[in-house]
Amino acid sequence: MKRLLSYPRRIAAKLVGLAIALFARFITAVRADWQGIEPVNIQRVYYANHVSNADMPMIWSCLPPNIRRDVRPVAAADYWLKTRLRAFVGPEVFNCVLVDRRPEARAADHDPMQNILDALDEGSSLIIFPEGNRNMTDDPLLPFKAGLYNIGKARPDVDLVPTWIANVTEIMPKGEVIPLPLICTVTFGAPVKVEAGEDKDAFLARAAQALVALAPTDARL
Amino acid sequence: MTDTDTDILWLFIGVCGLLIVLSLFGEFLRAKGGEDNPVVETFNTRVSSWWAIVVLFTLALIAGKIGLLVLFAFASFAALREFLTMTNKRRADHLSLALGFFVVLPLQYVFIGFDWQALFTVFIPVYAFLMLPIVSALRGNAEKFLIRVAETQWGLMIAVFCMSHVPALMMIDFPGYPEERGVLLIAFLIMVVQFGDLLDFFFGRRIGRTRILPALSAKTWEGMICGVVSAAVIGGLLAWLTPFSVVEAMVMAALASVVGMFGNLVFAAIKNDRGVKDWSHLIPGQGGFVDHLDSVIFSAPVFYHLCVLYWT
Repeated sequence: MKRLLSYPRRIAAKLVGLAIALFARFITAVRADWQGIEPVNIQRVYYANHVSNADMPMIWSCLPPNIRRDVRPVAAADYWLKTRLRAFVGPEVFNCVLVDRRPEARAADHDPMQNILDALDEGSSLIIFPEGNRNMTDDPLLPFKAGLYNIGKARPDVDLVPTWIANVTEIMPKGEVIPLPLICTVTFGAPVKVEAGEDKDAFLARAAQALVALAPTDARL
Repeated sequence: MTDTDTDILWLFIGVCGLLIVLSLFGEFLRAKGGEDNPVVETFNTRVSSWWAIVVLFTLALIAGKIGLLVLFAFASFAALREFLTMTNKRRADHLSLALGFFVVLPLQYVFIGFDWQALFTVFIPVYAFLMLPIVSALRGNAEKFLIRVAETQWGLMIAVFCMSHVPALMMIDFPGYPEERGVLLIAFLIMVVQFGDLLDFFFGRRIGRTRILPALSAKTWEGMICGVVSAAVIGGLLAWLTPFSVVEAMVMAALASVVGMFGNLVFAAIKNDRGVKDWSHLIPGQGGFVDHLDSVIFSAPVFYHLCVLYWT
């Protein structure tokens, strides 16, 4: 019975997902620029800069449908479980891997990294934001958290793909409600891997460098 | 079937015939060993894009007034989006930019739809010009303020005001020219300007020697002169679409073509300043909407006002 009831919900999730992708395309004409990799469905961890809540839906929308089906964004449980609508959109439409950023809210034996590794072991690709928070500064990136290094070390076969998302701050600055229809480009770079013997800080610096290098040059004042 | 519909049909058949020839030519080039030749591939993508544009435009022509208004409102939207992606803005401009997209743009096309000429000719140059900077200023960020508001206004003038003068052509009352034929005047303007551009490009490649602006654009004086003359000839051949005599049609076509070509240079200067080659990647093989429509955008208001001045 429960299985039967879940069908309308799954169809609703599909439709909402389609509507979000269409809306993103209509408003921002979001475009994927595959610079370092081909748009083929192999297991990858897309790690991206994070400036706005619209980042994840943008990356998700510009992926080809076959890749999108197998990709799971890693997202904050405290955000996506706050209301019933978010609890539907996050886990069911985007199929998010939820992790709790607040150590005090976690069960004592729960390791958020385990959820991520489980998703990888099931064969999913991931979208993660290694800065951990939205970047509100003028610097291109906040210092990366250790998560990306830990993933790369624990599952060394998976490509870590730098993914630069441009323009979203202007499309939807924090605190505004109407999105501006400006063109958004998502650039995918060449994958990086944790080298043998490379320590955490060196790897994170290299990964951040690979990501910033994808940012388009801006000739404006 | 009215006369206008018959003429649309003839026009469509003629343009399709031309595109079929171009498509076959593309396939011939490909078969002749150009399988991976980038020039041949670009040519073929461009011809496919042209097919899509022609079909879309013909459908809008058949739908008549509303169809063309909607088509050009969307073209304005796409062009404004490309333009404002490249301009300077701060968070303080968010509301005024949103008003530009979601209020000013639709209102301009509504005013044209109701043929309120006294309003649509001043709405953006006067009211939007004064009101949007007020909205930006009220947010209190003065950093690069003049540059921000000037670039936003320029975008609205180009992408909305100028573009909207294309559908405004069907609202002009020419003596002895039935109102429903106005849609054909639009087809006339777009065809003479676009064919002029195409032939300018073609002759420029063949016989072009003297570049007009060597640092900015591959346009040459020879190509431009040939392009304008071709536009005039095509204008004369298409005079049956318009309220003009053959000579008048040739003059109007040449004028529209010249203005459009210089408009093209203006956009080349802007792209050069912003360090981009194309405005966006929305039309396969041809860059963005602005790349495609820059000459039509520049010529439309001039063409419109000449029509109003001399024929009404």
